[in-house]
Amino acid sequence: MTLREVKEILDADIIVGEDQLDKEVQTAFSADLMSDVLAFATAGSLLLTGVTNPQVVRTSEILDIAAIIMVRGKRPSQETAQLALELRIPILSTKYILFETSGRLHARGIVGCIVKVGDRSDVRRDKV
Amino acid sequence: MSEETKYDGHFAVEGGNFRNAGQVSSRIKNILKDLGCDSDMVRRAAIVTYEAEINIVSYARKGLIHLRAKPDSVRIEISDEGPGIADIELAMQEGYSTASPIVREMGFGAGMGLANMKRFSDNFSITSRVNEGTQVVMQIDQVH
Repeated sequence: MTLREVKEILDADIIVGEDQLDKEVQTAFSADLMSDVLAFATAGSLLLTGVTNPQVVRTSEILDIAAIIMVRGKRPSQETAQLALELRIPILSTKYILFETSGRLHARGIVGCIVKVGDRSDVRRDKV
Repeated sequence: MSEETKYDGHFAVEGGNFRNAGQVSSRIKNILKDLGCDSDMVRRAAIVTYEAEINIVSYARKGLIHLRAKPDSVRIEISDEGPGIADIELAMQEGYSTASPIVREMGFGAGMGLANMKRFSDNFSITSRVNEGTQVVMQIDQVH
C-alpha cells in the first residue's frame, strides 16, 4: 500500500513529506514508548504513536521507519517537524485513536512488523 | 584482513542536552553505513548507541562514545561522568528506572534502555562507580 492510500484510509493530514506519498508500506508498529519501538519496530514500517517530540523522529531515523502517523489528532512540535523535514521522514496526523488507526490499517492489509514478542528472528539472528 | 580497523573515533555527548539527544547516534549510523557495513550490524549498533546516548543525556554530566569498526564487528565503548549506578543488577532489570518526568515525556525512562543495549549486543559489559560514572562496552558481530 502507498502512503497516499494510508492518508486516505486514516483521513490524515500530511505535515511533512507531501513528495513521498508513493512510498510503499506493508508493516506497522504502534507504541508511545520509544524504547519499545527500538526493541521491536523494523525498517520500512509505519510508526503509529502519540509521541510528538523530536525523539520520535530520531528514533525513526535510527530504525529507517517509513513514516510516522501521529494519532488522536496530535501534531508535531515545530522542532519535530523541522527535524523530520531535514531527515526526510514523512509525518501524517490522524484524528483516529491508536486502536482505530491500527485496526483500520490492519483491515486493509497492513500487518504488524512482528506478531508477538519473541517472534522476531532478526534481533540477534545468530542466537535464534 | 578481518582485524583491519575501518574506523576509530570518539564522540562527545553533553548531559542534559535533550534537544540534541540522538545526534551522535545518527552520525555513527551514517558512518557505519558509508563504510559499507552489514545492514543488520548497522541497525543494532545504531540502536544500542542511541539508548546509550539517551542515558548520558538523561543522567550524566557528560559522556564519551568510542566507536571502533572492523569489517565484521563494531565495538562501542561508553564512558560517562555522573552519578553512577549503585546496583547494576537492579538497573539491568526491565522496568526499573529512575528517570525524570522530562525523560519519560520523550518516550524513554521505562527501564528498557540497558536491557535493549544488552539484547542487541553480542557482548555487553557494564561497570560503574557511584558519584564517578559508568562504563559500558558493547560488541556487535556481523552474522555470516
